Formats: sequence, C-alpha cells, structure tokens
Amino acid sequence: MSKLATMRDAIAELVRDGDTVAIEGFTHLICFAAGHEIIRQRRRDLTLARMTPDVVYDQMIGAGVARKLIFSWLGNPGVGHLHSVRRRVERHDPGPLELEEYSHFGMVCRYAAGAANLPFFPIRSYYESDIPSVNPNIVPMRSPYDGTEVYVVPPLRPDVTIVHAQRATEDGDTQIWGLLGCQKEAAFAAERVIVVCEEVVPEEVVRRDPNRTVIPGIVVDAVVQEPFGCHPSYAQGYYDRDNAFYLEWENVSKDPETLDSWLKEWVYDLGSHAEYVEKMGAERWEELRPGERLSGQVNYGDYS
Amino acid sequence: MSSNADGYTKNEMMISASARTLAGERVCFVGVGLPNIVCNLAQRTVAPQLQLVYEAGVFGARPARLPLSIGDPTLVSGSTAVTSMFELFAFYLQAGLVDAAFLGGAQIDRFGNLNTTVIGDYAQPKVRLPGSGGACEIAIHARKVLVIMRQAPRSFVEKLHFRTSPGHSGDPEHDRARGWFGSGPTSVVTDLGTYGFDEDTGEMTLLTLHPGVTLQQVRENMGWDPKVSPGLGETPPPSEEELRILREELDPGGVYIS
Repeated sequence: MSKLATMRDAIAELVRDGDTVAIEGFTHLICFAAGHEIIRQRRRDLTLARMTPDVVYDQMIGAGVARKLIFSWLGNPGVGHLHSVRRRVERHDPGPLELEEYSHFGMVCRYAAGAANLPFFPIRSYYESDIPSVNPNIVPMRSPYDGTEVYVVPPLRPDVTIVHAQRATEDGDTQIWGLLGCQKEAAFAAERVIVVCEEVVPEEVVRRDPNRTVIPGIVVDAVVQEPFGCHPSYAQGYYDRDNAFYLEWENVSKDPETLDSWLKEWVYDLGSHAEYVEKMGAERWEELRPGERLSGQVNYGDYS
Repeated sequence: MSSNADGYTKNEMMISASARTLAGERVCFVGVGLPNIVCNLAQRTVAPQLQLVYEAGVFGARPARLPLSIGDPTLVSGSTAVTSMFELFAFYLQAGLVDAAFLGGAQIDRFGNLNTTVIGDYAQPKVRLPGSGGACEIAIHARKVLVIMRQAPRSFVEKLHFRTSPGHSGDPEHDRARGWFGSGPTSVVTDLGTYGFDEDTGEMTLLTLHPGVTLQQVRENMGWDPKVSPGLGETPPPSEEELRILREELDPGGVYIS
C-alpha cells in the first residue's frame, strides 16, 4: 500500500499541537524540510526531542512551536550557540522553555527502551555528576545480581518521529548509509513515523540489499519525497553539509529581528521545500555535490 | 598567522604538546575542534597505529579534510566501521575499548571536574552551555582522559557552577574504589603549560611551562594557587616536522593553528 504523501499533508495529518516530536539524525540526515513545514503550519506547545538540538530546533523554537525540549547536547556544532534557545532559557524571552536533559548515551537508551517496550534502561553513566540532581527521571538502582550501582532512564516514546533517508519504497521500507545516529531506535519507539527521502525506489532495489534497511515499512505511516530536504545538514553521497550556512546562522539567530526576517523569507513566504530548493539556486547545490566513492558489491547468493 | 619570535603560534604549541600525550595509544575518542587536529597530528607522529573514534558512530576514521562538525561525511568515507550511536556508546565506550579521550569545558576545577552545562544558576542561568553530550560517560569510561583548554581565571575555577563530568574526588582511595575504567583526567594541556594529577591527592599539578611563559602568568590565569611539580620543566617547542604537518597537511587554512 502506498504511503506517499506531500510534506504538507503528512505534517497536517500526523503532527498535532501538544505532541512530542523527534526529528532525529546526528549531524547527518536532519530533516529541515519537515521542521520548516511544522513552522509554516504553526504547530504549538510541542515537546521537541532530539539528542543534539541543532539549527533546525533553533529555527522551530524561534518560531514559537515548542514549550519543552528533551536533549543531550545543545548547540551549533563546531560553531557556537543556539541563540533562540538561549534567549528562552536565560531571559525567558519571549517565554520560558522547559528543559529535560540527559547525556548522549542516556538519550539513546531512552529511545532504545521505547523501541524495545522496556520500562527503563540501565546504564553506567551519571556517577558523581550533577545531572541527576536536575533531572529526577535519572534514577540510581542496584543490580539484583551483583549489587553494581547503575542509573536508569525511562523510555522515550515520541508521538511522532521524523527521519530523513537516502531512499525508501512507497511502503516505507527505508535504507540509510553513512552515520546512523539513533534513527532506528527513535522510529521504532514512536507512535507515528514520517520517513522523508531523497529518492523513492522500487521494492526490488531494497530487496537486492536488505542489510541496508534501517526501518521497515511496517512502522512507517507516511513517505515524503523531498530532495535536498536536509539542507544545511547533509545526505551522505547526495550533498555535503553546508558549513557556511551553519557559520552564518550565528549572526541570524543572535538578533530576534534578523531571525524573524529569515523565517519570513525562507519559511513563511515559501509554499514548500521545492520552492526553498529553487530559491537557494542551482549553483549552491552544485557546490555541495560530493565526488563519487562507490561501495564494492557483496554476493547475497541465489538459493532458488 | 601571529607567530612569536620563535616562529610558532600559541595554538601550535598547545596542539603539539597535546598530541604528544597520545604517544603509544591505540584507540582515541575524538572531540570536535582542537582535539580533532591534535588526534590527527598524533596519528602522523607519536601514534601511527591510532584508531580515531567519533561519537557520531565511526570507528577507525581516516578524514580527508578537517571536519567542522563531529558528524562530517568525510569521517564515514574510508573508515573501518560505521555503527549506530547505541553500539558506539555501549559496545565501544561503556565496555572499555577506548584508551584515551579528549574533553574540554567552560570550567575545570583543581581535581579535573568539568562543567559544560551552565554558568550561573541552573534554573535561570547566566549562560546556557551545550550540556553533557557524551562527556559525562567519556569521563567515566575512557581509560585516559586528556583535557585541552585555554587557561583563564573564569575557566580554571575554585568551584564549578555545575559538575557535568566527574574528575578526581580529592580522595584517591575513593577514586580507586569507583571501579571505573578511567577515574579522573590524566593530563591537562593549556596555552601556558602542561599539567598532570598528583597520585596521592588527585590534584592538578603544573609539570611544564611552555617556552617564554612564567609561573606568574600561570598563577594570574587560574582561580586557585596551583600545585607545582618540584621538577618543573619547559615544554619542548613544536618540532619542524610537527609544524610542517600542521601547516601543510592538517590546517592549511589556519583555522585552528592561527
């Protein structure tokens, strides 16, 4: 059954006010196109979950979609700060933002517990750290077997997880290569899943290389084809990370008025990500195109 | 490039001194920014067998360019293994496969505890910093934690505003009983000198001053009176080979070494 949808319809049907939404992807495959559509549709009171709230969440929080953030590292990687988030946290401007923070491994294990239907996940982190003192969800516990002290974290089950992939079938069988982040865990943990992809491919393409499938269609609700949907993040083998954009974001995000005019020009005044791609210009996409480095092939064997 | 009279920059001194602390190490967890260039220099000098591990889920990276972010696509192409982040943290880090790791922070105290969370009060901080990321677990599981930080009174502090990542406790018996693979940083390299940690007290101890730096300058740039090694020496300056690799191979644009 085809689950193909436009981004507008997928977000309209599957992301609701007040939802917990996870747009995952560690540096790689961060679906900015979905973030922009959520802004355009003016969702409110979202709890945004992400290991590394990056520029996409700075844009969304700057646009006023969120009331809470669940995370493990908050910043513009390699550049500096997320100023919309900082204004909300440090000056409550234009209102406070609730924070719930973990370490990276704690966040990954929250998704893993959600995906595996476990009541909690034990890890050997947080010893002698102040993090548990500001997050009562991180609880010490003794092993019933050898008495070792561990900390446990609760499952995270987003209402909606959005992942971007290089390719998927129209049923939602999804293949990713390059950095895998925690997309598999976040997708299996969620109530609803939107897969956004660079290319929609025939089922035969997936069946020829099943080891590359990260998420099966059975947990996917909608498939959206959105080329360049990660920009300024990247899709391995398709387009490079736009580091210049991340560097420039520092100046955009620092001043609320500059941020508002950026959002107007690049999000509200555009009807879709296709318009964003066109506005960015062919030259930019050409600059971001990587060279070719093909994998070898393996023999899965024919057993007919 | 603002070189001093000896023909190298403060950053080149700090990076070279830090790379030497990786001599003989096998598996190193790399952070973004300075640690990245330090590890790549070490791989080309004192630790040719070094496997670079990135928390994004890469083991055995061979980056063809210096990445701006910790998840750059160049880390993937040509690496030994790409893993999910669960596997990286669970099977590689938590299970004790990481020999050395770099950490830094906005604040460090005399026992090597680190703050990357907030300046000021947690509920409404003066500055909201990035938070732990992987630092809290790296501090616990890496067998050697190496710190690289520029020194200033506001960053080398008597009391942290928040302890994100644990260092030494000040009680070595307690530290030994923790049962962690690591248990506190083993070295700190700054733009002024290099430090180790005293075996009996776990306290940061000045081991060498970089050429041209005085003890007075060190004292002016930290929030406590530092313990000084009786054998206080001078850090060997960057060698010609180290400078050549940094300038020609690793950072021709001068992003980190200037």
